[in-house]
Amino acid sequence: MRSSGQIEHGAALDDPFAGEAAAEVISDRHEAEFQALIDSDQRIEPRDWMPDGYRKSLIRQIAQHAHSEIIGMQPEGNWITRAPSLRRKAILMAKVQDEAGHGLYLYCAAETLGVDRAELIDLLHQGRQKYSSIFNYPTLTWADVGAIGWLVDGAAITNQIPLCRCSFGPYARAMVRVCKEESFHQRQGFESLYALSHGTPEQHEMAQDAVNRWWWPSVEMLGPPDAESTHSAQSTAWGIKRYSNDELRQRFVDMVAPQAVVLGLTPPDPELRWNEDRGHYDFGEPDFEELRRVVSGDGPCNRQRAAHHLAAHEEGAWVRAAAAAYAAKHPATSAAA
Amino acid sequence: MSEETPAPLWEVFIRSKRGLSHNHVGSLHAPDAEMALRNARDVYTRRMEGVSIWVVPSAVITASSPDEKDSFFDPAADKPYRHPTFYSIPKEVQQL
Amino acid sequence: MVAGAAAVYALRLADDCLVLSHRLAQWSSRAPTLEDDVALTNIALDLLGQARGLYARTAELDGTGRSEDDYAFMRGEREFINCLLVEQENGDFAATIVRQLLCSTFQLAQWQALTTSTDGPVSAVAAKAAKETSYHRDHATDWTLRLGDGTDESHRRMESALAAMWPFTAELFESDAVAREAGALGVGPDPATLRPEWEGYIRRVLGDATLVMPESTWTPSGGREGLHTECFGYMLAEMQHLHRSFPGVTW
Repeated sequence: MRSSGQIEHGAALDDPFAGEAAAEVISDRHEAEFQALIDSDQRIEPRDWMPDGYRKSLIRQIAQHAHSEIIGMQPEGNWITRAPSLRRKAILMAKVQDEAGHGLYLYCAAETLGVDRAELIDLLHQGRQKYSSIFNYPTLTWADVGAIGWLVDGAAITNQIPLCRCSFGPYARAMVRVCKEESFHQRQGFESLYALSHGTPEQHEMAQDAVNRWWWPSVEMLGPPDAESTHSAQSTAWGIKRYSNDELRQRFVDMVAPQAVVLGLTPPDPELRWNEDRGHYDFGEPDFEELRRVVSGDGPCNRQRAAHHLAAHEEGAWVRAAAAAYAAKHPATSAAA
Repeated sequence: MSEETPAPLWEVFIRSKRGLSHNHVGSLHAPDAEMALRNARDVYTRRMEGVSIWVVPSAVITASSPDEKDSFFDPAADKPYRHPTFYSIPKEVQQL
Repeated sequence: MVAGAAAVYALRLADDCLVLSHRLAQWSSRAPTLEDDVALTNIALDLLGQARGLYARTAELDGTGRSEDDYAFMRGEREFINCLLVEQENGDFAATIVRQLLCSTFQLAQWQALTTSTDGPVSAVAAKAAKETSYHRDHATDWTLRLGDGTDESHRRMESALAAMWPFTAELFESDAVAREAGALGVGPDPATLRPEWEGYIRRVLGDATLVMPESTWTPSGGREGLHTECFGYMLAEMQHLHRSFPGVTW
């Protein structure tokens, strides 16, 4: 049973994955109005009529985004108990906590399309919905925390800022909130990495090693090249996606390449150099075969990440059941009262 | 896989400072009202965003239907005389 | 007179906060719901902030000028003087909630008494901490009610958790020369004086949660003298290894 109400949550379609029947009764008027809203850069809201494909596409993308935030807690959370100073410990805790919050905002945005968070989490556990490939790499040293903040959050922000203008209102609003809160994430990563790269030779080496390992996965996480990107064209027409994967990748490299110089660290790409004519950095070809391998489940940590999430979810079942039982016994504090 | 009934969904409204009305900021799941309020505090006010929180079960909100948009909202569109700019006033009257 | 009683007193408070914060932080990405994950980290962050404020004050009082990181990362097991309750392992969610209920109720009473401390900086930390801890106690109380009066399984788990944590509460209220001196100087309450208020609250909440206040003849103690339970050494080893591996560097 779905608890969602008549407002933004649900109602429009009972089962977002079975919209074919509805498609037959779509009036041209609906279709035209929908496209007119998109074309005039207005937002689509949950109770508006929308093509079934638009709904499915959004559910897939928002859920994947939410899963990424949640699974993304693990690699960095891995260092909370070992953070080398109390200041860094507080920052890291706050950052990983933000990721939980962001996952939550995003699950809520997906729920406005008529799915439950619980369903989405089941799909994650069944491997039927993905999360960002990047979180399937291990955090082996403390410097990885800085490298993730600088590179992974940098790539994520590059991807997320255009989403603040995405055509679907709840997603766009969630992204505004996420981007606002994440503004400190990349800075703290850079600062942490800077302290290492300007510290002792051992610290510098640790930072360089982390950048060597995180550089290419970060360049790859912006998605397959445009020529192979399956969802891009339709997503662009629907105003869900504003820039192509390759455009975002260029933007990301242009942002971090000069920052690497300030850090005094060398990205592991011999082809990385400024191209005066293009006004952009040139860079080498990412290993998209590796990206495919990691996305399809064979990255270093896919199984570990999934197992960790599933274990926590299953271990929490008795707690959630107890809270529900208590609410049923004490209706005064519960929703129905 | 999951046999659980998900905890109900709540809409969260926050007054960001005194003198302003509560604004919708998002939603969350909680088994009951107290927990919803507590969760809202933890999730939506980590950066001093509020001085007061309302939580409302999503299920009890009645919303206007997008299909009624025309009948609901268009009638207001042809009544410019409700707005001060509709009226022309001699220049010498400076404030009115 | 106990030399440096005020410093030792402040350090005890700080260690309690740091160790409990560390334990709660271990829940990150493991809580029953996302909302709880966020809530537990909020509490852990409050406690970490309290610890940092108190380490700064301790450094002034003991005259060593040590940094907060010196206290956190460069002392061994025998030098930490937190109570045993805060270092107990998280166990299941019930154990964590019971530990939270028992600790936060104690800490709240303590902070409230400390707001009138003759030690200005300590009373400033206490004033802020009292507000934070009042929330921690509410959080623990809400969950105690739900788990105690939830399902048979949650009730049973709460009983086990209470049985496991309860013996460590006796130490919270132990009076010793440092505590008596601090009390006499008006630095802070002798913990023994906080017991009636603590017991009254705990009894009421457990009763509402359909749980019974345990009794225990075993009352382990020693934390205030640096005699800890075995699990604590592992916690410190994990917490300190990176900091100690690179002596004297900046992070």
